[in-house]
Amino acid sequence: MSQTHRLHDGGRIDRSQQIDFYFNGKLMSGYRGDTLASALLANGVMLVGRSFKYHRPRGIVTAGTEEPNALVQLERGASTISNMLATRVPLYDGLDASSVNCWPSPTYDVMAVNSLFHRILPAGFYYKTFMWPVSGWKVYEHFIRRAAGLGKSPEVPDVDTYDKMNAHADVVVVGAGPSGLAAARAAAATGARVMLVDEQTELGGQLLNERFEIDGKPAMDWVADVESELMANPDVTILKHTTAFGYYDHNFLGLIQNRSENVAFGQDDRTRQRVWRVRAKRVILATGAIERPLIYSDNDRPGCMLAGALRAYVNRYGVSPGKRHVIFTNNDDAYRSALDLKAAGCVVAAVVDVRKDPSGELVTQAIEAGIEVIDNSAITGVLGTKRVRGIEVMKLNDEADGVTGTSRTISCDTVGSSGGWNPVVHLHSHSAGKNTWRDEDGVFVPGDTLQAEACCGAANGSFSLAQALNEGDFAGIDAASHLGMTAKKRPAVPTANSDVDETPWRTIWYIPTTKPAGQRGKHYLDQQNDVTVADVQLAAREGYRSVEHAKRYTTLGMATDQGKTGNIPGHAILSAALGQTIPQTGTTTFRPPYSPVTMGALAGRAVGEFFDPIRRTPMHDWHEQAGCLWEDVGQWRRPWYYPADGESMQDAVSRECLAVRNAVGMLDATTLGKIDIQGPDAAEFLNRVYTNAWLKLAPGRCRYGLMLGEDGMVMDDGVTSCLGENHYLMTTTSGGAPRVMAWLEEWLQTEWPDLKVYLTSVTEQFATLQLAGPNARDLLSEFTTDIDLDNDAFPFMSWQDGTVGGIPARVYRISFTGELSYEINVPASCGLSLWTDVMNAGEKYGITPFGTETMHVLRAEKGFIIVGQETDGTITPIDLGMDWIVSSKKPDFIGKRSLSREDTARPDRKHLVGLRTADPEEVLPEGGQIVAETRPQPPMDMIGHVTSSYWSAALGHSIALALVKNGRGRKGDTVYVPTGDKTVACEIVEPVFYDPEGSRLNG
Amino acid sequence: MTKYSIFSLLRNAMGYHRDWQQAWRSPDPKPEYDVVIVGGGGHGLATAYYLAKEHGITNVAVLEKGWLGGGNTGRNTTIIRSNYLWDESAHLYEKSLQLYEGLSQDINYNIMLSQRGVLNLAHSLGDVRDTKRRVYANKLNGIDGEYLSPAEIKKLVPIINLDPTIRYPVLGSSFQPRGGTARHDAVAWGLARASDARGVDIIQNCEVTGFDIDKGKITGVQTSRGQIKAKKVGVVVAGHCTVMSDMAGFRMPIESHPLQAMVSDPVKPIIDVVVMSGAVHCYVSQSDKGELVLGAGIDAHNSYSQRGSLHIIEDQIAAVCELFPLFSRMRLMRQWGGIVDTCPDASPIISKTPVDGLYFNCGWGTGGFKATPGSGWVFAHTIARDEPHKLNAAFSLDRFVNGFLIDEHGAAGVAH
Amino acid sequence: MFLINCPFCGEREEKEFSYGHEAHIARPENPENLSDAEWADYLFMRKNTKGVHLERWVHTAGCRRWFNMARNTHTNEVLAVYLMGEQPPKEIRDMIDGKKKS
Repeated sequence: MSQTHRLHDGGRIDRSQQIDFYFNGKLMSGYRGDTLASALLANGVMLVGRSFKYHRPRGIVTAGTEEPNALVQLERGASTISNMLATRVPLYDGLDASSVNCWPSPTYDVMAVNSLFHRILPAGFYYKTFMWPVSGWKVYEHFIRRAAGLGKSPEVPDVDTYDKMNAHADVVVVGAGPSGLAAARAAAATGARVMLVDEQTELGGQLLNERFEIDGKPAMDWVADVESELMANPDVTILKHTTAFGYYDHNFLGLIQNRSENVAFGQDDRTRQRVWRVRAKRVILATGAIERPLIYSDNDRPGCMLAGALRAYVNRYGVSPGKRHVIFTNNDDAYRSALDLKAAGCVVAAVVDVRKDPSGELVTQAIEAGIEVIDNSAITGVLGTKRVRGIEVMKLNDEADGVTGTSRTISCDTVGSSGGWNPVVHLHSHSAGKNTWRDEDGVFVPGDTLQAEACCGAANGSFSLAQALNEGDFAGIDAASHLGMTAKKRPAVPTANSDVDETPWRTIWYIPTTKPAGQRGKHYLDQQNDVTVADVQLAAREGYRSVEHAKRYTTLGMATDQGKTGNIPGHAILSAALGQTIPQTGTTTFRPPYSPVTMGALAGRAVGEFFDPIRRTPMHDWHEQAGCLWEDVGQWRRPWYYPADGESMQDAVSRECLAVRNAVGMLDATTLGKIDIQGPDAAEFLNRVYTNAWLKLAPGRCRYGLMLGEDGMVMDDGVTSCLGENHYLMTTTSGGAPRVMAWLEEWLQTEWPDLKVYLTSVTEQFATLQLAGPNARDLLSEFTTDIDLDNDAFPFMSWQDGTVGGIPARVYRISFTGELSYEINVPASCGLSLWTDVMNAGEKYGITPFGTETMHVLRAEKGFIIVGQETDGTITPIDLGMDWIVSSKKPDFIGKRSLSREDTARPDRKHLVGLRTADPEEVLPEGGQIVAETRPQPPMDMIGHVTSSYWSAALGHSIALALVKNGRGRKGDTVYVPTGDKTVACEIVEPVFYDPEGSRLNG
Repeated sequence: MTKYSIFSLLRNAMGYHRDWQQAWRSPDPKPEYDVVIVGGGGHGLATAYYLAKEHGITNVAVLEKGWLGGGNTGRNTTIIRSNYLWDESAHLYEKSLQLYEGLSQDINYNIMLSQRGVLNLAHSLGDVRDTKRRVYANKLNGIDGEYLSPAEIKKLVPIINLDPTIRYPVLGSSFQPRGGTARHDAVAWGLARASDARGVDIIQNCEVTGFDIDKGKITGVQTSRGQIKAKKVGVVVAGHCTVMSDMAGFRMPIESHPLQAMVSDPVKPIIDVVVMSGAVHCYVSQSDKGELVLGAGIDAHNSYSQRGSLHIIEDQIAAVCELFPLFSRMRLMRQWGGIVDTCPDASPIISKTPVDGLYFNCGWGTGGFKATPGSGWVFAHTIARDEPHKLNAAFSLDRFVNGFLIDEHGAAGVAH
Repeated sequence: MFLINCPFCGEREEKEFSYGHEAHIARPENPENLSDAEWADYLFMRKNTKGVHLERWVHTAGCRRWFNMARNTHTNEVLAVYLMGEQPPKEIRDMIDGKKKS
């Protein structure tokens, strides 16, 4: 297809660079500088898709971000993007776009059958039906879901990457139209660090679409001059093709930058998009204005556009949107479109003006140019369905709420309507800025804000070029002066040479026809979601009077364009229906993002391996080579077990368990939290945070401690050693270490600043090798000469300094396995070397590396708890049978008072017990719920649950720990664990299964 | 009340839908009511509805300071499930789910209850243990639930990333087939319409500014539209309950936090079930309109601003992309915030108070929507009988004194 | 995302901090002498002020030090930061008192 609608000259496109692209599989061509929309129009394509509900044929309406209709599925496969605006996709070679929500094509769409039923599909129809039969909704919904949605999600993972940049700026200017450029220039002249952001690929904003002059030269020449001036300033950052999508508290902005020339692909190994997180001292919003449509009957027909868009296509892209154009307006500005079309050689059939005797300078120019101006009139109907064929025009009555006389038909294929302009107050509103209603032209303009922010130009409701330049310049100077910065040499305020006197708008929100709304064509407010004037009126009639109710009931403004063109007219229609003013009705809340933001860009690099850091111990690679499986514990990755070839998990764990019980095993215990505690009040501090007594722990000794929350519930546990006078080393659970460190700091800093105690996290300073098993002493003795391993010299719950394998080491004799056990702490950098040496030397002792699973089995055989497994934030030490560790002598410790509350002091709370299954081979499921009596069917009363359950290779039967209501009072009772397919009977026993006397760990 | 049906829709279509009645009246407040409900969200409206329906108390006003359903009812991610760990919670939420299952017909308003199932993913061995514990408990409480392996998850959600080498691989999941979503606004509107039909006055734009308390007993409320006398007052104002308790002169164990949610642009169906993950912290479902509905965790700080911070959204989206790499190219269309009131034990308060005749229903945190009808049902009982129903007896304000907490932190997984 | 003025490090992004909830809740001297209700008040009851809220923050990813902050929870305006152990500045106290009077 040739570019039938391309003008012979003009526009900012580069005609030397032809670009081929595909639309719905058809090869077309455009030029560099085109958007997909302008290229489609150049090729004579107006019909681009179908609407959400009625599947009405829809065309291109605008030339920008406010576009409600021209959504396309861009690209295919891994590169596809749903619901992209054709008006915002710069054309690139090979671009492949297709229409959404229609099949087989936008011209012939099967689902258009919906529009036949439009009479029974008013706003909210689905709330009133689909209720029979009771189970019917599931079936209806299936079809509704299939019909809904517009584009398609990708079906394969994204191939592109994204990144983020954090930035600080003195002044951020959003919008590089005349006002924004003037602001940036004025601010930059003071030496301020300025960031200028614009969503378009070129600076200029609305000037790109106009034929204005500034400082006596074409406006775009002025833009180019300002751009080079700013580019030369090292303190200025210009971000083109970058949308400020959100404005958050404390002057924080989110920007999304397209880093690639074509929006669908990353290029040259660059990330496709970048999110900028910008903290600004001052923000200037020069975000311009969005033209609002006039709401006339069948205003959704392809070819019905906005007046400003017509001249954008003519002036910027050298495209004539149609062959015969009609302008429909309530203001003078739209006459610019008529004049620009005419100047470009396009046909303007008429200007239909709702005002009586419009007389502004632009009107005069239009009449002089030979354009017919039909005043005091309304478009009452549009001919054509897949493309406008003509319009019907009638005179308005005096109140402008009806039409009179006879209808006149004007043949045309394109209508550009203008109902005035709405300032883009979105960003201002995101951060709780208020808006105020300006009655004379019926617009919301930005009001008070909490942020260090100013709006200027059209965004501030100042629509003339001269105003925009002046306000921008002032905003730039003012922002800098708030920061104490002034320009030594102030640049001259740019002057507009194109401004003319304009006559006021005539605000008519609803363009009447001969019949009430909804009975002669449809007046669309939200074209994408098919929301009409009649829908909003229905909402008001049915009592959905709040603007939020009306929005939600009709879905007005809930489409991908978020109502950029339709909301204000919609709110006006609602106000009229309720007989109240628009400010009384108010607006719905403007929420980020201003336009849709790629989720991958918001995730940035925080995906895959960077989603959350992995903490690895110094011995990580050894474990990996030994073929271990891993367990995630907090951010740590720990060896879970080390299966030999062909071994099942159970086989491997049993082998590891028996090795520890009968020979020696080695565990990488590096991940246990280690907190160095120093200071004259360290013992007192420990005494307050642990449940047991700490004032008399001698240097060289270790003690187990239990830490409670202030609510009395177990929070963490570990062994703390006295390293010297006023010096302790606390160990914590692996996952709980950061929490415990923060907890201790909080108490010290906020509650007990008088205590002289200093905390240092030393977890990562040490590698910890745990040797456990009857051969542990013999093996260790091969590595040390200066540590006396004799039981009397180095008893259980003590520690020694010395060298192990020539490495300075601190060795703790503590045990979580119930065996003779040493935890050897060496500098982290020496961990791998020592580990390797011990493994080699240990061969003759039967050394076996073991992982967390074996550790869990061994400690469960001993009845040792794991915080987070035997506890869940609702368990006290007494529940665990650990009253031996709760000091009754200490007047206070954290959590003590909570233990005497009615519920916590109850004797029949859940208690930690052991379970022995009737069938010793049967291993209970962890998490299994326990009942005292079974019933054939649920519900059954539960009395507790299985917290830990394993096959004990050492004992030759299964073991389990459980929390059971009044468990200590049920010793010997038989209880049941229903597992779904069967019920397992078990006996409540003591929670210590192995070596209850502790002779092994003391030996 | 005109019955809604396909027939009434057809009949009204003939008349261009000019003859539909108001869904609810907008009456001026009467000087006195038997019961005043403060807060016109889903829970408040449900309370009024069940007061009228179950207890025959129809001289009831619902006072809403803004627009009804405008608080968390209209801001949540509409997830419904009842697979809670503790008996007290499970029974309450299950009651609610059962009421939901008949609600469209009961109130003659299609709330679009969509029982497509809810998955709660487990990403660590600890998660797996806790998830199984919850599923076993659900089963014995008579609540539908299963534990699914990754392969079974794949059948329900083919697009989820089950690669075992990802940072927090999916090891399993609980699945409640009866869980799903409902249309949140419809719940509020339908309950409003049905309450109104039973004589309840729904009064919007009416802010309560004080309580009239005489000798420890409630006698009425002061409002922006004057004094209204009341024999009993039920307060259901998520987010603002401490503002109310301050007026009544007692303290609450509540903090208000922003909770953010967001939707993507609408696409054809890509995910049927609701997927929630506590460990990577996200929840995802797809609305009937085609939008992905995504939830984040609460912002840590107290706030009444209904705005949250971008970094919470960024973390949330990263989690979504980690679990669903193909959503990376989809786009976020709208984000918003609500104010949730959180309790220390992550369970609600549905309780009598130190003031006679004054009742509070609050503290639902991030998960109140699923409880809407059940919460209203038990609260109506509590108000009507001046004593809790056995389903909400445990959810008393006293529990913070005597320690009988219902700690659902672990079970709630992702705070929802 | 807030911009928080750490009294020790200066202005930093909210992401570097952790929230420490309501400030000025002193741990009772002799918990054993308290009734369950009094203990519950310390443990659980919170002001949750809508308006000027006195709260604690800690610069977790910075100096790791705790401090107090006065913030309007309705507007999120940070009104003052002050050290642990200090009372809020007078203008903040006046704001709070003014609110009480109204």
